[in-house]
Amino acid sequence: MTENAPRVGVVTFPGSNDDRDALQALGRLGAEPAAVWHAAERLPDVSAIVLPGGFSYGDYLRCGAIARFSPAMRAVAEFAADGGPVLGICNGFQILCEAGLLPGALRPNASLAFVCRDVRLRVERTDTLFTALCEPGDTLTIPVKHGEGCWFADDELLEELEAKGQIVLRYEENPNGSVADVAGVVNGEGNVMGLMPHPEHAVDPLLGSTDGALILGGLMAAARERASVAVY
Amino acid sequence: MRATVLVRPKPGILDPQGAAVESSLRQLGFPVGDARVGRVVDLEIEATDPAVARSEVERMCEQLLANPLIESYEIELEDGR
Repeated sequence: MTENAPRVGVVTFPGSNDDRDALQALGRLGAEPAAVWHAAERLPDVSAIVLPGGFSYGDYLRCGAIARFSPAMRAVAEFAADGGPVLGICNGFQILCEAGLLPGALRPNASLAFVCRDVRLRVERTDTLFTALCEPGDTLTIPVKHGEGCWFADDELLEELEAKGQIVLRYEENPNGSVADVAGVVNGEGNVMGLMPHPEHAVDPLLGSTDGALILGGLMAAARERASVAVY
Repeated sequence: MRATVLVRPKPGILDPQGAAVESSLRQLGFPVGDARVGRVVDLEIEATDPAVARSEVERMCEQLLANPLIESYEIELEDGR
């Protein structure tokens, strides 16, 4: 382990299928990734957490509704309450919403079709942990692949989130019918973010875009910061 | 006691599944409108007092069976005898 490699945990639930992609992407970007099993009651020594994409618990009942009761999620909730940076991708975003760690809920795509393609994302905020490496006005190209990515908040909640600047990413062309074109949101404290697009699939030019590295890089920088503070 | 929980998308929430079902029914010649698709959960519960049973199932709904942000629920109780 090099001194600057932040340790980032990636939680695997039964039915996760982007956990390895996330581990690999983080490793390639210079992190020291650590796999975390859903049954783990305690997190290993990590400074950030990724909840990966997939279909945890078969998406039974509602996407993410069952995963939030796993032992690892209790530990993740404690980690988040302590200020630890947590990034939920796709199913991870759904889990964070179901767990009440992020506002809103994810519904079936308006088209009822599974969408799998690159989308362009407008970065609305660059003063979050997760978008600190982006420039104001940046447009990122990152793929989505989901059947239930239609983020919903009622008018009152949306207004509150807009006012507090918690809407971080918006689709240039909305692929799923989400309210206000929302693609990614952050919690009030700023240390938990969820997004439907998959930054871990956009870290190699061979696959068309490396913009995902900006999001994962932001998470890693936050992890480094947390690790350095923890020393004292 | 048997409990049946009906979970529905709240009014005003986009329900693409309902829309697809409605359009299929129309293709079959049924002049229907405003189809909404929800979910049914059947449960066998230990409580014998209806008031206790209801409050228990309500808690199940709030904690797991429905997402109060997007879904409403209705509870039906039925004595097993």
